[in-house]
Amino acid sequence: MLTEPKMTWQGAAKIVDMKKALTWGPWFVAEYRLRNMSKWLGAIIAFGLGNPVLYLLSVGIGIGALVDQNQGANGVDGVSYLTFLAPALLATSAIQAAMDETSFPTLQGFVWDKSFFSMNATQLTGGSIVGGIMIASAARCIFNTGIYAMVLWAFGAITAQSILVLIFAAIFAGLAFASVMLAATSFVKHDDGFFALVGRFIIAPMFMFSGTFYPLENLPIYLQWIGWISPVWHATDMGRNLSYGHDVAPGMMVIHFAFLLAILIVGQVVAMRQFSRRLAK
Amino acid sequence: MGNAFKEESTELAKKTAPADLMIVAKGLTKKYDDFTAVDGIDFQVKRGESFGLLGPNGAGKSTTMKMIGATSLRTGGELTILGKDPNKQGPEIRAHLGVVPQTDNHDNDLKAWENLYIYGRYFGLGRKFLKKKVEELLDFAQLQDKRDVKVDQLSGGMKRRLTIARGLVNEPEILMLDEPTTGLDPQARHILWDRLFRLKEEGVTLVITTHYMDEAEQLCDRLIVMDKGKIMAEGAPADLIKKYSSKEVLEVRFGSSKNAEAAEKLKHLGDRIETLPDRILFYAEDGEKVLKQIHKLGFEPATSLVRRSSLEDVFLRLTGRTLVE
Amino acid sequence: MSLINASIDSAIAIAERRSGKFGAEFYAGRTNAILERAFLAFKTSSWMIVLSGFVEPVFYLLSFGFGLGALIGGVTDGAGNSVSYAAYIAPALLATSAMNGAIYDSTWNVFFKMHFGKLYQTMLATSLGTLDVALGEIGWALLRGLAYAMGFMVIMAPLGLIPSWWGILAIPGAVLVAFGFASIGMGITSYLKNFQQMNWVNFFMLPMFLFSGTFYPLSIYPDWLRMIIEALPLWQAIQLERDLTLGTVGWSTLAHVAYFAVMIVGGLYFTTKRLSALFLR
Repeated sequence: MLTEPKMTWQGAAKIVDMKKALTWGPWFVAEYRLRNMSKWLGAIIAFGLGNPVLYLLSVGIGIGALVDQNQGANGVDGVSYLTFLAPALLATSAIQAAMDETSFPTLQGFVWDKSFFSMNATQLTGGSIVGGIMIASAARCIFNTGIYAMVLWAFGAITAQSILVLIFAAIFAGLAFASVMLAATSFVKHDDGFFALVGRFIIAPMFMFSGTFYPLENLPIYLQWIGWISPVWHATDMGRNLSYGHDVAPGMMVIHFAFLLAILIVGQVVAMRQFSRRLAK
Repeated sequence: MGNAFKEESTELAKKTAPADLMIVAKGLTKKYDDFTAVDGIDFQVKRGESFGLLGPNGAGKSTTMKMIGATSLRTGGELTILGKDPNKQGPEIRAHLGVVPQTDNHDNDLKAWENLYIYGRYFGLGRKFLKKKVEELLDFAQLQDKRDVKVDQLSGGMKRRLTIARGLVNEPEILMLDEPTTGLDPQARHILWDRLFRLKEEGVTLVITTHYMDEAEQLCDRLIVMDKGKIMAEGAPADLIKKYSSKEVLEVRFGSSKNAEAAEKLKHLGDRIETLPDRILFYAEDGEKVLKQIHKLGFEPATSLVRRSSLEDVFLRLTGRTLVE
Repeated sequence: MSLINASIDSAIAIAERRSGKFGAEFYAGRTNAILERAFLAFKTSSWMIVLSGFVEPVFYLLSFGFGLGALIGGVTDGAGNSVSYAAYIAPALLATSAMNGAIYDSTWNVFFKMHFGKLYQTMLATSLGTLDVALGEIGWALLRGLAYAMGFMVIMAPLGLIPSWWGILAIPGAVLVAFGFASIGMGITSYLKNFQQMNWVNFFMLPMFLFSGTFYPLSIYPDWLRMIIEALPLWQAIQLERDLTLGTVGWSTLAHVAYFAVMIVGGLYFTTKRLSALFLR
């Protein structure tokens, strides 16, 4: 049964601070996303950390034993296989976190529970929503890669000094990918297996053919291009240099950085435009 | 309210030959752990009859329907459908039934016609037969132009018609309809009623649950009113109205704050009076006459309305006005 | 129109034909109707997505088998012969293909049909029995597993990764593997109630894939861990396929076959039992 309202009615003009509402929009959206995320915290930790640790054990330790047995203790790029692998695993975990935060939740907001439309019915704009998603993605990337970096350090895969720069490279790649993925997802009308196809034909090859498990040069030249357009490779190559001094020309470091920054910006521009359009439809 | 209203249900049974009894329930009971959904009810449904189950949410209607549909095992009493025991001969009984569940549960991966076709295949019906049958049912449900549309793109009314058509694919002897028109617009409801009438004319036995009293009055030859797992009343709609309500109802409003006070002074008028927060109801043989008496006593209602008594009045009297969640 | 039509072979006559026979209360002998339904749904669904499911193991074969193979060289098989790394992991990935196809359909798809589509409820409101539904759904999942395995074979065979003539039996072996996983997959899924529980299926699948001797021999594990892994179905499947493609067939091969026979029967039994408990109670 309904009860009489107890609060005195003041009106929106008095209780909503318009200036604050507009400038802090993305953070309100981010708060909503993070609250949602906190309900799945157990699952996020289990999957965000579980998966990379499993690969670390299986590939890094298990296959690593076969590699080091054949190549000698410092046989891959002048270091052990595990040291070689670690920066790639870190970048991959950041990208996985970004994918999880930008794929299904975005479709949910537009299609399943239409929460983006109810946000848009307040003063929040498409731009605030995009901003909020990026903030939430960044938070999740930092969380996941932070813990994972500790694990890698505990296994002796990376050195303590390189932890911060490696996390930076990984999160940069994660955000660049989040940006592109968000732009792509904003065009998706219904699931229809879109994400399954992205997973199979973009994420999986990106994971396996980006110089993740062996130097990119080991691949035939007609497969190397996958690495060149993959954020995983750019972040990994950069990370290997920062981690154990893998030989990268200074100009190449600039290219890695510029490539990731470029797709980050393009993704944001496209996503913001498409969000505004779709919400106004 | 207790069992005082419960009518003798054996009357019909005596008149009807056993062969014509489609469904017989005696002391039918369903218990879930510590909750009794259906509490020892007796009823019979004869061939060609249109039988209604009425009651508020949680009265046990859907559970009763499921037990008749041989998809829920009874925990006590007796139940026979066409002389068979649903607890033992499930598939055989289900072959005789058409089921229209409360919520449309189509196969969303399939097109409209495929839904009808494959449902027929579940019964083991031949492809050749089904090819003709599907066309016939698409006509029946007025869905010919939507035949190749995937089900999730159909409107609510179309889905409902498709569910009913699907329930007919095996040419059932008993068609079970659980709230067939809930959520439909008035046009769609009337189309459905027309379709159900035609089925009745074909000799199909209908078992219907509904929340809409006008629907029950339209469709049911005979009905039971259930509440909390028990039968509160049984009979034809007109008889129930005669028995549990008056011919007419007068509804007057004095304004929310004044109703109770006015009711106190007017309670001797009519056969029975009911005071609600927003209005007062007088049950009487002649509503206009009561209204005149009210005026004569010096009361001026803000609004007044005289209407015929309906099954809804019976329903509310038998099952109370409290919300059932 | 004529709705009551006595001249045809009616649903009643069909149902009564089995009346009194053994198992009439749970089997109507119409598994084919369920398979037909699955085929109709497959036709109109995005079958691209279904068929593309076999690419992941192929990527692993190409990336790991050849890229990593260059770093690893050869691996010693069960009989003590050295085989190329690609030929070593290929049968493991073949078994994984069969498993994936079977598991996709028998876990998540079954879960959705069971709890959201209400499909089994609809089926069981007709004169079908629970074993019809179980066999039909498991049969369809089996076919998907078989399709993935055949797709993988088409790529594996021309690469010269099947050195033994026993390899002809690798496809029947894949059928057995797919049947086993489909059966146990649906059996377990039918007991799971929500998404969190379903996620545990994924959570179990990845480590099983990574650690079941897929990419390296179990000899690097301590004995207790090795024994646990040898009890897991994927290890059994991998050994079965490896015995066949590498030609190291022996009594243990038959033991793997028996393992899957038990899995099939157990899965069918529990699925059928659970369907009655859920929808006919």
